[in-house]
Amino acid sequence: NFSCYVNQYLKIHSSSLIMSRQLHARRIEGVDKNIWVEFTQLAADYQVVNLGQGFPDFSPPSYIQEAFCKAVNGGCSMHQYTRAFGHPPLVTILAKFFSKVVGHDIDAFEDILVTVGAYQALFCTFQALVNEGDEVIIIEPFFDCYQPMVKMAGGKAVYVPLRPVSRGKALTSADWVLSSEELASKFNSRTKAIVINTPNNPLGKVYKREELQLIADLCIKHDVVCISDEVYEWLTYDGAKHVKIASLPGMWERTVTIGSGGKTFSATGWKVGWAIGAGHILKHLKTVHQNSVYHCATAAQEAVAVGFQREYEHFGTPESYFLQLPERLQHKREKLAACLESVGLQPVLPEGGYFMIADISSVKVDLNDPSTQGEPYDYRFVKWLIKEKGLATIPVSAFYSPEHSKDFENYIRFCFVKEDSTLSSAEAILRNWSNGK
Amino acid sequence: MITRNQASLVQLACNRKVTILLSFQFILCQGIMTSSRHTNSKRIEGLDKNVWVAFTSVAADPTIVNLGQGFPDIPPPAYVKEGLANAAAVDKLNQYTRGFGHPALVKALSQVYGKVYGQQIDPFKEILVTVGGYGSLFSAMQGLVEVGDEVIIIEPFFDCYVPMVRMAGAKPILIPLRVKTNIVSSADWVLDPAELASKFTSKTKAIIINTPNNPIGKIFTRDELQMIADLCIKHDTLCISDEVYEWLIYKGHQHIKIATLPGMWDRTITISSAGKTFSVTGWKLGWSIGPEHLIKHLQTVMQNTLYTCPTPLQEAVAQGLLRDYELMGQPDCYFSSLAVELEGKRDRMAAILQDVGMSPIIPEGGYFMCVDVTSLNQDLSHMGDDEPYDYKFVKWMIKEKKLAAIPVTAFCGDASKKQFEKYIRLCFIKKDSTLDAAEAILKNWNS
Repeated sequence: NFSCYVNQYLKIHSSSLIMSRQLHARRIEGVDKNIWVEFTQLAADYQVVNLGQGFPDFSPPSYIQEAFCKAVNGGCSMHQYTRAFGHPPLVTILAKFFSKVVGHDIDAFEDILVTVGAYQALFCTFQALVNEGDEVIIIEPFFDCYQPMVKMAGGKAVYVPLRPVSRGKALTSADWVLSSEELASKFNSRTKAIVINTPNNPLGKVYKREELQLIADLCIKHDVVCISDEVYEWLTYDGAKHVKIASLPGMWERTVTIGSGGKTFSATGWKVGWAIGAGHILKHLKTVHQNSVYHCATAAQEAVAVGFQREYEHFGTPESYFLQLPERLQHKREKLAACLESVGLQPVLPEGGYFMIADISSVKVDLNDPSTQGEPYDYRFVKWLIKEKGLATIPVSAFYSPEHSKDFENYIRFCFVKEDSTLSSAEAILRNWSNGK
Repeated sequence: MITRNQASLVQLACNRKVTILLSFQFILCQGIMTSSRHTNSKRIEGLDKNVWVAFTSVAADPTIVNLGQGFPDIPPPAYVKEGLANAAAVDKLNQYTRGFGHPALVKALSQVYGKVYGQQIDPFKEILVTVGGYGSLFSAMQGLVEVGDEVIIIEPFFDCYVPMVRMAGAKPILIPLRVKTNIVSSADWVLDPAELASKFTSKTKAIIINTPNNPIGKIFTRDELQMIADLCIKHDTLCISDEVYEWLIYKGHQHIKIATLPGMWDRTITISSAGKTFSVTGWKLGWSIGPEHLIKHLQTVMQNTLYTCPTPLQEAVAQGLLRDYELMGQPDCYFSSLAVELEGKRDRMAAILQDVGMSPIIPEGGYFMCVDVTSLNQDLSHMGDDEPYDYKFVKWMIKEKKLAAIPVTAFCGDASKKQFEKYIRLCFIKKDSTLDAAEAILKNWNS
């Protein structure tokens, strides 16, 4: 034990012997903060009803869990390296499935890269295409990782906001739109790419064909690549239709479409994602992939392949999980929206995805927490809600650029892909709080 | 791809009887203009070639006896597979876990490696879980290596080190292991101390070492590691120590962690692999262990690249580690039993090669064996001059003999190709029937 103590002492005090020059690479400067690291830790530290981070608290469909078990108990090869760019059964079924959806023949081996979640597909895309000084247009509010990924690739993020057209009641995500002049003004000769996310996280907006056409026209005019994050593609409500920008004329050859097995099959912990696009672009993503992780886990890919094979057979029928899940979530969406309204929060009804944002302006609380002094209002509010009320959510200003986040500190994000019992517990917390006022 | 607009322009041109050559040039220009901006970013320029992509597709033919890519064709231990099946049955283990490593896993790692290092290792600050050893190497390069830095790499090296250093905008500085006289064992391959010292400059950010080494199987001795450590301390550089084969140590040898040498903990990232430890290369889980002031930068890279590794796999590895932690030092511990099993296969592989007149380099560790094929006298002049001999030999051998290996010059820089081009690498973590089949092919070589 004494030697242990001595070891510890030496460890602490020998840090003065370490490098006098800078340890870290400049590329990671300014990208060290991360809301997920911060807020998942908080949610874990306190006993909370967790409507924060986006993952289901119910199980994946049984057929996909079975597929995973079958893979695990399968032959030797299920536990060894598979094809680096994607397990052959998976890329084959993805090509078959999405060729139908996009209306273009997708080559399983040239046009698809399987990645460790959609997150890694985004990383490969930015690293493959963005040079120092390139501009990348990001539509706000955006899934937070786009900004640090663009920064790490040496690119310059250029932001254009979705804005609510009216502040009346029954606001939905459809009411949040881009100004076409403002959007057009962001494109210039340095623009390398634009990132779109439909259905959008956190807002839930499902871009209409006309809105995508506007973006497509600009991409073609300025010869820009479109990075389309479509991880929530199956989750649309009230008949809203998910449109793939890659299916618009002239767009297949300049679009990288990103998808997620985790979101598709309610198994976020499997981390299987993919990028689909024209081979001449995908080959560059493959170069990044082979020099960073090289392979993705075999068994999980096998299970996702089986999942897609089953969905291909049941596509459009009541047995399709891609119809069942949004139906289930539609009801949860209504439940949460009604609850938020009843306690004086103003939800923005999402057309898709599994998040809902709510305006907290009308709620007045004494955020008496010196540890959060100086932080944006929504961050302070969310932390107060976690610590004082045991309810976890996410502050929406985290999904805005440093330049614009000050204008959006009055929204918080709720995740509703949760068991009804979880939503009821959240409801109870909110009612008690509201009644106690 | 010709768009509608371009097609109608062609039509117009033809209608107006403009020469076909002109319109073709116009379309060609349009095509070039359209695709010229969608080229690769500078950071991946020249990094598209990869020996594995080339050779693994060739060896995927089931009629080929595959001693090429390094993965077992023997099953992983049953309790490891069970661990995964059990994990996947728990709802919450199918959802996201902690980004820098599933708590159960980092705690298990802290226990196992705390014992190995003889010091406390903080599971949350001094460990990062990554997508294989590969992912740890990438996180370390991206987090710590700056544009313009130099990184020393010892040849022969696992091939990804050079492209990763280049992708970080740094310059690989290569130094070969050299052999004095009779090449009997991997221990005969050593660094020249003066040559090594000469490679360190004011620009040197790090040195990468791999022990046990892939492909040769060398285990660096304490003295050799001390020599490297002295230079790291003198020149204030980092050490990235790839120890994925750390448990595969054969009798008479000891694996030493450079991070345990005085002054080295603070400047070393040590990389390990669940895939190699538990014979589950397809799980793609690994980890980096080091001081907080270095690991935190790898964690920053992780949170901006893929954020988190798969949950059920991490839970299963945690359970496996805890089981073997209890058995550490006993013959039942998989870390020991696998090494014993592989030593038998190593000796068998060596005997097969010696029986047909070849001189294998007997590895002290790891699961690869390099062998000089000169004595087979295979004339490959018909295959042209544009590739090193070992590449030609392996391609020929796959096609004509249905036996796959990996050319050793894939693991060295251009300047050293002549030194290594007569060697091929064979992987012996294979079941007996695979080794039988390889033996049959080699015995019948000249028929």
